[in-house]
Amino acid sequence: MSVQAESRRTPAKGTMVLEARNIVKRYGHVTALDGANLELRAGEVLAVIGDNGAGKSTMVKVLCGAVIPDQGEVLLDGVPVHFTSPLDPRKRGIETVYQDLAVAPALDIATNLFLGREVRCRGILGSWFRLLDKRRMKSEAQKEMAELKFRLPSIDSAVEDLSGGQRQGVAVARAAIFARRLVIMDEPTAALGVRESGEVLNLIRTIRDRGLPVLLISHNMPHVFELADRIHIMRLGRRVALTTPQKHTMGEVVAIMTGAMPGNDQASGADGPSAA
Amino acid sequence: MAPNAVASINRGTVSLGRAIATPAVGPLVVLLVFCAIFSLSTHTFLAVGNLSLIIQQSVIVGTLAIGQSMIILTGGIDLANGAIAVLGTIVAGRLVNDGNNPALCLLLAIFLCTLVGVISGLLVSRLWLPPFIVTLGLLGIVTAATRLIAQGGAFPVTDDLLSWTGNSAIRDGSGVTYGMLIMFGLYVLVWYLLTQTAWGRHVYAIGNNRPAARLVGIPVQSRLLSVYVFAAFLYGVGAWLALGRIPNADPNALQNANLDSITAVVIGGTSLFGGRGSIWGTIVGTLIVSVLRNGLTLSGFDPLWQDLVTGVLVISAVAVDQISRGKQR
Repeated sequence: MSVQAESRRTPAKGTMVLEARNIVKRYGHVTALDGANLELRAGEVLAVIGDNGAGKSTMVKVLCGAVIPDQGEVLLDGVPVHFTSPLDPRKRGIETVYQDLAVAPALDIATNLFLGREVRCRGILGSWFRLLDKRRMKSEAQKEMAELKFRLPSIDSAVEDLSGGQRQGVAVARAAIFARRLVIMDEPTAALGVRESGEVLNLIRTIRDRGLPVLLISHNMPHVFELADRIHIMRLGRRVALTTPQKHTMGEVVAIMTGAMPGNDQASGADGPSAA
Repeated sequence: MAPNAVASINRGTVSLGRAIATPAVGPLVVLLVFCAIFSLSTHTFLAVGNLSLIIQQSVIVGTLAIGQSMIILTGGIDLANGAIAVLGTIVAGRLVNDGNNPALCLLLAIFLCTLVGVISGLLVSRLWLPPFIVTLGLLGIVTAATRLIAQGGAFPVTDDLLSWTGNSAIRDGSGVTYGMLIMFGLYVLVWYLLTQTAWGRHVYAIGNNRPAARLVGIPVQSRLLSVYVFAAFLYGVGAWLALGRIPNADPNALQNANLDSITAVVIGGTSLFGGRGSIWGTIVGTLIVSVLRNGLTLSGFDPLWQDLVTGVLVISAVAVDQISRGKQR
């Protein structure tokens, strides 16, 4: 897309995109992350699951720059990166979608998509008069929404006139448009009903199929099993298993999550979607 | 692309500009209705001189209300705008009367007003103090400081530059003053900034959903600061317009200007909760109040009726806003 500073790279399926090694994060006496690893490969939806307190939200915060780990390193395309603010990952092409709807309801869809990244007119109108190129933003927004196969009443509708699923769809689409490396989704369907969740799940699938890997944090097992190529199970601050929806049943995954069944970390389940 | 998607995308006809401007349509109808009523009920309302008077009476509050609009759009409120403008008139007036260069005095007065905006902006954006409290405190501080500077009562300011805004702009008798042109110019400027630049969109987004504005990477603190500073600059210009209207610096002037400007903004259809409204609504709101006061006076009503009807309008405007929001939630 022409508005992006850097074109989206689509590495071969299975290449490591984001890697976290031995992440440790302590809050006083509480160890939230205890040597946790995470691998996100190109072309996959990696679901991160775990019981409350297993460390998944701390992990996400580390990856999106909201928390600085005490130990360990994060690598993007094999290069170590140090995120110290939520703006750092964004500059590197990582977008995050939050569970609460991060949209401005009174503003229209196109405005919301480009909020914080407005496109100005070329030449003196843009540089001196700071004039927005509304037409360009609108056409880009329409193009992207069509590419994402996301149906909306009109790109000019106020976001508050949309259903909950469509509103979250706007937030997801914004991430999809501007992410160049990967998209992190933190419980994107938690605030939505069944049918509305379906719209967002479809959107996530489309994003993956367009070549952007997705890191999906979710409590919702059916959603995880519907979408994930691989499932990353956390327990007590570390990864205890890396599996796929084909290898384990929902019941088994829940058993690993709660410690009733041993995990298989670093075992053969970790060899990526190409092998699955 | 699915044909359905194309059809559904093209169906829309409401643009951002129209969506944001729509709230101003209701107030405009109200204004036209009042004008029609007073044109029929009095012989003098439609006279050029009277219409000019109405606009001249709107210029000061109309200008203060521009700053008020921007602050309310971010979800804040400004109780100190009248006090800041009065500070400007006193400082400019005193310095000029002491024999200093009028242009420098004016610039210094506007600069001082802007500085008050820096203080309120920093308190609101860095310490996250509630704008109501910050500007309530500043109202007291600035009013007291102004009286100290004035050293007593009002005094006349007869300088040509300071009273220039009251002069006729086109030809004598046309009733169009430079002050009116400045005010309308400022409205056009702020309309442009609010609707045609990223800064304006950020102002709306901050008032609409501040956490979301932060999450999408809008520099919320510096945007808020810029709004308070720019608003206070406009109050400084308001001081100049006030001296053009009445060439007299009075520390007790404009005591109701803060509430009058809030009234104008609210009647103009801007939501007190922030994020919704249009700057055109504010000028219409200002004119509604002026037309109402003027028309009721011409019709021979007791002045108390002016306040009563204005009060009814304010409550109705907020009720309309609240009910329309309720529908959407």
